[in-house]
Amino acid sequence: MTASTHSFTAPADLEKGIKSWRTRALAVGVVALAAGAAGGLGNPDQFFRSYLWAYLFFVGVTIGCMALLMLQYLTGGAWGVVIRRLCEAATRTFPLLLVLFLPVVLGISHLYSWSHPEVAAADEAIRHKQAYLNVPFFLGRAAFYFLGWIVFALLLNKWSLAQDTEPGSRQQLKLQLVSGPGLLFFGLSVTFMAIDWVMSIDPHWSSTMYGLLFIAGEGLSSMAFLITTLVILSRSRPFSEVITRRHLHDLGKLMFAFVMVWAYFSFSQFLIIWAGNLPEEIPWYVRRLHGGWGWVGLALAAFHFAVPFLLLLSRDIKRNYNLLTAVAVWLLVMRMVDLYWLVMPEFRKGEFGVSWMDFVIPIGLGGIWLAAFTWQLPKRPLLPPGELHLEEALAHGRD
Amino acid sequence: MTKTIYGMMAEFDTPGALVNAAREARAKGYRKLDAYSPFPIEELSEALHLHKSRLPLIVLIGGILGGLTGYLMQYYVTVLYFPINVAGRPLHSWPAYIIITFEMTILFAALSAVFGLLALCGLPMPYHPVFNVPRFALASRNRFFLCIEATDPLFDRKATSDFLGTLEPREVSEVAH
Repeated sequence: MTASTHSFTAPADLEKGIKSWRTRALAVGVVALAAGAAGGLGNPDQFFRSYLWAYLFFVGVTIGCMALLMLQYLTGGAWGVVIRRLCEAATRTFPLLLVLFLPVVLGISHLYSWSHPEVAAADEAIRHKQAYLNVPFFLGRAAFYFLGWIVFALLLNKWSLAQDTEPGSRQQLKLQLVSGPGLLFFGLSVTFMAIDWVMSIDPHWSSTMYGLLFIAGEGLSSMAFLITTLVILSRSRPFSEVITRRHLHDLGKLMFAFVMVWAYFSFSQFLIIWAGNLPEEIPWYVRRLHGGWGWVGLALAAFHFAVPFLLLLSRDIKRNYNLLTAVAVWLLVMRMVDLYWLVMPEFRKGEFGVSWMDFVIPIGLGGIWLAAFTWQLPKRPLLPPGELHLEEALAHGRD
Repeated sequence: MTKTIYGMMAEFDTPGALVNAAREARAKGYRKLDAYSPFPIEELSEALHLHKSRLPLIVLIGGILGGLTGYLMQYYVTVLYFPINVAGRPLHSWPAYIIITFEMTILFAALSAVFGLLALCGLPMPYHPVFNVPRFALASRNRFFLCIEATDPLFDRKATSDFLGTLEPREVSEVAH
C-alpha cells in the first residue's frame, strides 16, 4: 500500500454523511442564534456578554488549528500529517469568523466601560490608557488581526493544495518559510487579542501572563476538537484504512502536554498575583474566587487539570478511541467553563450566575461554525497526497 | 558432560533471522530465552513476548512520594519548625508550596526512572555467562544472537542444539557458566 495508489478523497457515503451533519448543524445554529438574538432585543447586555464568550471559544479553536498547522510544518512528525486537512478546513472559516465578529463590534459600548467618554473622564487610570483603549484603535487592531489570520490561512491553504498536484519539496519549502513568521504573528496577535477583547473588560487590571493563557487554551481547544473529529471520521474511509492507535497516541500526548501547559500558565499567573497581593492586581482574583465563582475556579483546577491529567497519564487511555474522545469532549466543555470564568465575573460581580443565553448562543455559533467547517472539509482529499513524508506518517501507524 | 551450562546460543546474520528464530523458539515452547542485537528491533519484544514493563508504576510511585516529600517538608519548616508571619498570610500557605512540590515530584520521578531501569535490568552486572562465547563480542557490532537458557524446562543439550541448528544460524555454541 503506497500513497500514490490511494485516493484520499472523501468517498460518496462519507460526503453524504458530512453533508447531513452540515445541514443539521446549520439549522440548529441558525435557530439557536436567532433565539439568542431575540432575547438580545430585551436584554442586549446579556446577549453581548454571552456572544463574546462563545465567540472567543470558536475563534480560539480556529486560531489553534492554524498554529498547529504551522507548528507541524516547522517541526515535522507523523502526528501533523494526519490532521493537516482538518486544520486547513478550520482555517478556511476565518472569513466567516470575521463576519461573526460584527456583533462584538456592535456591542462595544455594552461590553467595555472604557468606551464611554464619561467613564474615562471620571477615572484617571482609564484616561491615561485612552491612547490605546479607544474605539477606532480597537477596531483597527481587530482588523489587523483578521487580516493577518486570513492572509496566513490563505497562503497555507494555497500552497498545500498546490502540493497535491505537484508533490515534492518546492511547496513544502514555501509552507515552511511562511510558518515561521506565521507563528510569530500568531503569538503576538493572540496576546493582543486577549488584551483587547477580554482583559480590557476590566481596564484597571493587567497581567503579562494573560496572552500565554489564551495561547495554551487555544492549543488545547483545537487539539481536543481535532482528536474528536478525527475519531469520528476514522469510522469510514479513507481514515479507517490509515489511522491507527499509534496516531491517536501521538495526538493524545500532545493534548496531555497542552493540559499541563494550561495549568502551568494559569497557576503561574495566580501565584505571582497572590504573592504580590497588590491592590491593583488582586481584585481580579477576589472577584473570581468569591460568591460562587470560587467553586468554578476549584472545578477548573479539578476537572480542567487534575482529572484529565491523571486520565491522560495512562497509555491505554491515549490508545483507546472512545476513551480518548471522551476526554477530548470533556476538555472542550472545560475550555468553555474556563473562558466563562475569565469573562463573566467582570459582569456578575459578587455572585455566580448563568443566563439562558449562555446556552443558546454557544450552540448557535457552534452550529454555524461547524457547518462552515464541514462545508470546507470534503473539498480536498482528507490526507495530503503530495506530502513528502506521507508514507512515513502512515507507516508510523502500522506496527 | 555433567558440567552444567548456562544455555545454548545461536548466531544470526540478520535481524529478520533473529526475530524469526525467536518466534520459532516461542512456538516450540521455549520460554527462558533472550535475544541480543546491536540495535533495538521493535518486532523482537513482541516475538519474545516481553510484556509491559513495571517501570511506569515505579516512576508513578516515585513521583507521588516526591510530591508528598516536597509538600510535607515545606509544611514542617514553615508551620511546625520555624513559623514566621510573612505578609500576614496563614502559616500554611499552600500556593507557595506548589513550585517546590512540583519540582520534587519531577526529581523523584526522574530518579526513580533511572534507578528503576537499572534495577529492572539487573544492573550493574559485572559478570554474565553469555560473554563466555568468544564470538558474542559481535553482538555489539553486526551479529544477532538468540540464547535459550538451561533453566528452561524444555532445555536439553542435544535437542535444543539441534533445534537451533534448524533455524539456519551461522553457528550454534554452548554457553558455559
